[in-house]
Amino acid sequence: MSALEELAREYARAKRDPKFRRALREYLDQYAGRPTPLYHAKRLTAALGGAQIYLKREDLLHTGAHKINNTLGQALLAVRMRKRRLIAETGAGQHGVATATVAALFGLACEVFMGEEDIRRQALNVFRMRLLGAKVTPVTSGSKTLKDACNEAIRDWVTNVRTTHYIIGSVVGPHPYPVIVRDFQSVIGQEVRRQLPRRPDLLVACVGGGSNAMGLFAPFARDRRVRLIGVEAAGRGLHSGAHAATLVAGTPGVLHGAMSLLLQDGDGQVQTAHSISAGLDYPGVGPEHAYLKAIGRAEYVAVTDREALEGFALLAKTEGIIPALEPAHAIAYLRRLAPRSGRRKTVVLCLSGRGDKDVTMVSELMAGRR
Amino acid sequence: MNKLDAVFRQLRREQRKAFIPFVMAGDPSLAQTASLVDALVESGADVVELGVPFSDPLADGPTIQRAAQRALRHQVSLADVLGLVRRLRRRHAVPLVLLTYYNPVYRFGEGAGRGAQGPRRFLIAARVAGVDGVIIPDLPAEEARSLVAEARRQRVAAILLAAPTSSPARLTRIVRMSRGFIYFVSLTGTTGARRHLPVELEAQVRRLRRMTRTPVCVGFGIAAPQEARRVARVADGVIVGSALVRVIERHRGRRLKQAVGRFARQLRRAI
Repeated sequence: MSALEELAREYARAKRDPKFRRALREYLDQYAGRPTPLYHAKRLTAALGGAQIYLKREDLLHTGAHKINNTLGQALLAVRMRKRRLIAETGAGQHGVATATVAALFGLACEVFMGEEDIRRQALNVFRMRLLGAKVTPVTSGSKTLKDACNEAIRDWVTNVRTTHYIIGSVVGPHPYPVIVRDFQSVIGQEVRRQLPRRPDLLVACVGGGSNAMGLFAPFARDRRVRLIGVEAAGRGLHSGAHAATLVAGTPGVLHGAMSLLLQDGDGQVQTAHSISAGLDYPGVGPEHAYLKAIGRAEYVAVTDREALEGFALLAKTEGIIPALEPAHAIAYLRRLAPRSGRRKTVVLCLSGRGDKDVTMVSELMAGRR
Repeated sequence: MNKLDAVFRQLRREQRKAFIPFVMAGDPSLAQTASLVDALVESGADVVELGVPFSDPLADGPTIQRAAQRALRHQVSLADVLGLVRRLRRRHAVPLVLLTYYNPVYRFGEGAGRGAQGPRRFLIAARVAGVDGVIIPDLPAEEARSLVAEARRQRVAAILLAAPTSSPARLTRIVRMSRGFIYFVSLTGTTGARRHLPVELEAQVRRLRRMTRTPVCVGFGIAAPQEARRVARVADGVIVGSALVRVIERHRGRRLKQAVGRFARQLRRAI
């Protein structure tokens, strides 16, 4: 608790400090490669026959995903708090890589907790983290995925709290994390606001913990004319019991220090999530998403593993962009959404990461199916 | 009067310290947990702490995580643990304290519905079953007000945790809210037997005891009788969990109860 209080205090100070804001701005622009383009995907638009589709190209950022927006901000906070060591949990490995990257950049020690199952699925990212000088610690407890990596990171943090800052990768966890991560990711939506000549009609993003979606949604949350749609992973199907669609099918509960929606059984035991995408494989979700759902501000839907693979292939073939499997879920949903929306409508989709990390697994899956 | 208060008053009068063993309910089975509690009481436990298995025990190290997983393999629920307490109550007067994470409490009796009434329903059921105290390690004092108020109405002691990193302001709040005893966490970290306890421990416990008349018991990391003795010199009670769970992990059948009894007697003598 005292570490959370310290973090909340320091963040409040940093937010008002022009020096902090300038430093973050500079790293985002000069190091990470912001602003990212907002690309009008004309061939994808034509293929789906409906709303004009714009892609917010977070996949072009340094390290290949939106995660760096948050890790740069939090690493600067860690430096302010004189913490010499960073820890992180990771699912797909994107947040782990982004944390290892900023640790190298600021000369801090780094340890990343990753489920054994995910280490197997994301070997390339594990290698990248090690190249960057981070220690990757396999997590063998529970379901051996993102949830358990979170547990292990929290356990490490309470043990080494005096020297260590825990960089949570999504809008989850105890206060003030959901607020901090949302604020650092909001740069996504703020840029979209400036880049698009008119107000978008629809915003679409994938939701695991929900950080890229929250970053896109938050700057538009007060403008009710903009529809917000989060796309979760339905895994093998919502009725299969093997999915990660917390907002669509979860119930209220408390996990990792926050009250939100959860996948759980009747006794309050947290269930194992399933998704083809390690980054969405989480049985909880950011509390602010649960709130946006409860007040009816945002809508949440789910697409299956199979649909996500189709979305993956569709974007590659129509636009020459190989997406990560996480935003491939959002692309897949566009196939349902775009044809139903008029051609005058504008959809902005957050392309949160690139697909290099997933190519091996997708090729195995495609070979297996043949 | 709550049984915990009576026990600590008696101990104080006799200038003795409380021995508080922890076992995970349902590890290796609920029936065996009942017989292990028998062994602990026969070996001189003053209070018995029963763990409620949870899928994500954030405050626990590997030993107690494994115990929870073993119990969850046969789906031991919070309701099952209350059933165990009811059975134990028929043959023991010893105060029984549950250690549970918040989510099973929040969801208690909910099925698939909304979770607002869970804590109240749980505390009523706990009182009826004969639970004397509850410890919820992931419910910080800042969020515990309504649960603590309900616990008071049900005469179940809500036992709060204090950490070595807790600020004076937080300690004041914890001391004000906690009933039965205050659970002082000996070190920064998770549960689990350690070779050494921090050198500052005695000073921290003394400082906390000066703030209140509520007994202060120390847990986390106490592995062996000599460590227990060291803690007993400054605290009102000594909580031993992981070291006991390890003994449970290593034995089976009739030998299990004997081994647990033997280890508990060693601890009792040291305290």
